[in-house]
Amino acid sequence: MEIKKVGVAGTVESSDINIVIEPSDKKGIEIELQSTVMKQFGRQIKNLIEETLKSEGVESAVVRATDKGAIDFVIKARALTALYRAAEINEYSWEA
Amino acid sequence: MTKNGVGREIPSYIEGIGQIKPYESPFSVIPEGNKAGAKLKRPLPHKNKLIDSIEEAVIKTGLKDGMTISFHHHFRNGDYIVNMVMDVIAKLGIKDIRIAPSSLGTCHGPLVEHIKNGVITRIESSGIREPLGTAISEGILPNPVILRSHGGRARAIESGEVKIDVAFLGVPACDDYGNANGFSGRSACGSLGYAMVDAKYADQVVLITDNLVTYPCLPASINQTQVDYVVKVDEVGDPKGIVSGAVRNTSNPKDLLIAENAVKAIMASGYFKDGFSYQTGAAGSSLAVTGFLREKMIDQNIKGSFGLGGITSQLVQLLDEGLMEGLFDTQCFDLVAAESLGKNPKHFEVDAGFYANAHNSGCLVNNLDILMLGALEIDTDFNVNVISKSDGYISQAVGGHQDTAAGAKLAVILAPLVRSRNPIIVDKVTTVCTPGETIDVVVTDYGIAVNPLRKDLIENFNKAGLKTYTINELKDIAEKLTGKPDKIEFDDKIVGIVEYRDGSVIDVIRKVK
Repeated sequence: MEIKKVGVAGTVESSDINIVIEPSDKKGIEIELQSTVMKQFGRQIKNLIEETLKSEGVESAVVRATDKGAIDFVIKARALTALYRAAEINEYSWEA
Repeated sequence: MTKNGVGREIPSYIEGIGQIKPYESPFSVIPEGNKAGAKLKRPLPHKNKLIDSIEEAVIKTGLKDGMTISFHHHFRNGDYIVNMVMDVIAKLGIKDIRIAPSSLGTCHGPLVEHIKNGVITRIESSGIREPLGTAISEGILPNPVILRSHGGRARAIESGEVKIDVAFLGVPACDDYGNANGFSGRSACGSLGYAMVDAKYADQVVLITDNLVTYPCLPASINQTQVDYVVKVDEVGDPKGIVSGAVRNTSNPKDLLIAENAVKAIMASGYFKDGFSYQTGAAGSSLAVTGFLREKMIDQNIKGSFGLGGITSQLVQLLDEGLMEGLFDTQCFDLVAAESLGKNPKHFEVDAGFYANAHNSGCLVNNLDILMLGALEIDTDFNVNVISKSDGYISQAVGGHQDTAAGAKLAVILAPLVRSRNPIIVDKVTTVCTPGETIDVVVTDYGIAVNPLRKDLIENFNKAGLKTYTINELKDIAEKLTGKPDKIEFDDKIVGIVEYRDGSVIDVIRKVK
């Protein structure tokens, strides 16, 4: 999946995560994370965002995420939404 | 290192503290000796105690390097006194001061500078919040902080373990000879319960007020036999930070769900009957419990004995409606409570020793039946953490948690199962503050767990058809939602010790990596 523009999803409310995905010149997925639970879950949040993007075929992106303690379901949903917006794709296959 | 009564590794000696007595069990320490007391004095008749400035007070008391000073936290986050006094002490070049306030809030961030400059080298408090707590967790203070409960602090002062050289006490109303109360003036805070201990036991007492009234200031919570100097300043605090209006009832559905579950537990416990006593905090779900309980009291025609603690408008309402016989008040949580304390003799101001000192002839928590408490974390042994965040940083307060839990017949913890992804029920809490042996029931938004030590309660809940979970089941539900957090890494350096209310050490807090 190709990232065409900046895609944003999520808020900075408690238990949510705001994810911004941007195109990148470099290969690889670069993730900049701020989180209220950095020490407990920072590593896991970064992994989940990276896996989510990779599973959609993303090879290169810059991701900036501001997490306020979102659980995995929320992180994945926000990451996918931001990605689809960034890739300007409106069709989404709901079975997964 | 020895394992104490809650399974924590406690060193036998800690640099900057000395020999350590590890915690054993809630009532294992039998104290010896007599109460301590303030210095004897000989004030001559008709001399004035009013002086011009805090600076003059510091000089007149003869405050020197290495001494201990104290403050109270009745002005909460509106407090100006601590920062004002510390700025003067720093300006006068005095160093190596131990501060022993009843608690500290977020407004006390400027103390970080005084620690860096060597003015403050020791802190003993009930609570320490950001940004000071963060700085201490990162190792800024040369000696570990000592964290005590409200009752533990009163015990340490009354036993002479903590000797206060000078107490600097802000008061909302005061006359020029040292009679003071908390319920009038622009900075009204209500009860002065924590400050009353300092006034009785400190060698010297300086009252600081923004509301100097004509002699005599009556009724007097702190009186002239205890006070050496009176200073008038423009403002002792920001009234908006001192007390709010009536604390509003919550509309947060999670809080309401927890409260509804708690009321079910109270109803089924067997303790909800005529003459019951009750304490609760001011958090959303606890306040909601009081509201629901009031309806049940009216419906079932049940009248309580007394309400205790931090008093809120919700408890004042129970008193005013005749649903409670009296209120004992160490701290007012809102203006309605502060006003009631000034007017109603059945709303009675008590000091922290009367409230919760385990080593006098009987403090109020010994008479407590039903108790609602909060928690940052609870472990599968029912131990409770109320001081450190799940990432290891000191950020809250012990408060009356240990004291009331030890005294109450039914100590209930109210907490959401998950708070911003942090599981609240865990294998091991970050810091043990209150031993699980004194906690009876945990009520969450997902369900209720009863301490297996309380077979009688389990039986009562079963009889009432109240569904319960084991604490491990609740832990599993929490972890399923959040995932398993990575282990927090700590340095070996000890930055804080948590005393149990009897002076033994229940846990240590290490420097965050």
